[in-house]
Amino acid sequence: MTQALWSLFWIAVFPGFLFTFSLGLVASWVVRKVSALVQWRVGPPVLQPFYDVAKLLGKEILVPEDAQRSVFMAAPLIGMAGVLLLSTILWRTAIAEEAFVGDVIVVIYLMVLPSLAFILGSSASASPHAAIGASREMKLVMGYELPLVLALVVVIVKTGGQLNLAAIAQQTPVYSISGMLAFLVSLLCIQAKLGFVPFDIAESETEIASGVLMEYSGALLAVWKVMHAMMLVALPLFLVTVFLGGFGTTGWSLVWSIGKYVLILVLLILIKNTNPRMRIDQAMRFFWVYCGIVMVLAVVLTTIGSYYDINWL
Amino acid sequence: MSWRIRALKKSPWVFHVNTGACNNCDIEIVDLLTPRFDVERFGIKLVGSPRHADALLVTGAVTAQAAPRLREIYRQTPKPCVVFAIGACACDKGIFHSGYHIVGPVDKIIREIDPNAIIAYVPGCPPKPEAMISGVVKALSAL
Repeated sequence: MTQALWSLFWIAVFPGFLFTFSLGLVASWVVRKVSALVQWRVGPPVLQPFYDVAKLLGKEILVPEDAQRSVFMAAPLIGMAGVLLLSTILWRTAIAEEAFVGDVIVVIYLMVLPSLAFILGSSASASPHAAIGASREMKLVMGYELPLVLALVVVIVKTGGQLNLAAIAQQTPVYSISGMLAFLVSLLCIQAKLGFVPFDIAESETEIASGVLMEYSGALLAVWKVMHAMMLVALPLFLVTVFLGGFGTTGWSLVWSIGKYVLILVLLILIKNTNPRMRIDQAMRFFWVYCGIVMVLAVVLTTIGSYYDINWL
Repeated sequence: MSWRIRALKKSPWVFHVNTGACNNCDIEIVDLLTPRFDVERFGIKLVGSPRHADALLVTGAVTAQAAPRLREIYRQTPKPCVVFAIGACACDKGIFHSGYHIVGPVDKIIREIDPNAIIAYVPGCPPKPEAMISGVVKALSAL
């Protein structure tokens, strides 16, 4: 009984919803502020994302007449539930080193859930723009999943066949050629998962009017925004856990870990601010051909490295 | 003042509707987002869909073709929302006053479907960005 209550507490309050929600909104402020500084502007105040969410919660919810009502309403919640579980699993790994064999695979599945929810919600909204957004999102998911899974294969081979996040977090695969390549490629995949600029093809505001999010308003849009903010916490944390030697929680290692998280966040923001949007065919070619070839090379390197015990390969 | 209105004042997201403007006012609206004025300081953001918007920035004297679309966009905007008539044309048809294809101005079209709509007027040809910011402040304090 107490175990169940504790699990509920973890999901709802501490490493789960409340904590990730607040941290995520601060992170989304960091995104907007750093973007503003890059563009030589002042940028919004710290509490701006909180105001945005509060305002959206108070607005009217409009559901399109032709929409599939239940799916349309459920999609943002499905996406948020996925990100919530992802974030809780990753934080539990960091804080209590509580992990189970195969959680890497669970995490891969949970990371796809937000994109699936986007596709579900926008297909249910009966809007042609959202339909275009949904089709682009599908292609994008197919594009970046391949290099991301290959990057995880590199890590798993590198760490001696571990399928356990806590065990993977003990090592630092990024201090090797294949690990570095895998880290850079998965950084770009995370960029696409977050829908940040070179890969914001599915919700491009100027050409298809916010695409997948087009028909959402009020509290449902707030749920999408919160989900995106939580992804800003969970996905960089995933990179830290898998590639950069885990998220330490005591003393100096905590400071160092926060540094690693901020480094990844700032890298994502800088990529976002220095690139124009790609077309969907360019993004597919980028992920499948270029990133795919690089990752196959990295898998070969790391297999050779682990066979002959050469750590830097 | 309820928390809804207070939060709305802190983050008004705007959607830009062109109902047959000459592009002059539109350029001035984009000016607001530049480093010189940077309205994101006040949480004002340009969004891509009327469903996300709290304020409609309407430019142009509303041509016969644009009127049904303007009505539709107003219906698609979740309430509470504010309508801004930006520029002389949107306020009172401007130099297109007796044009055969003009059915505006903006407030007439909006009031046809919602007599209680909150409409703010920012005159000028084009209005200065400072005038638009002042108009936004006045309209939000009237909420």
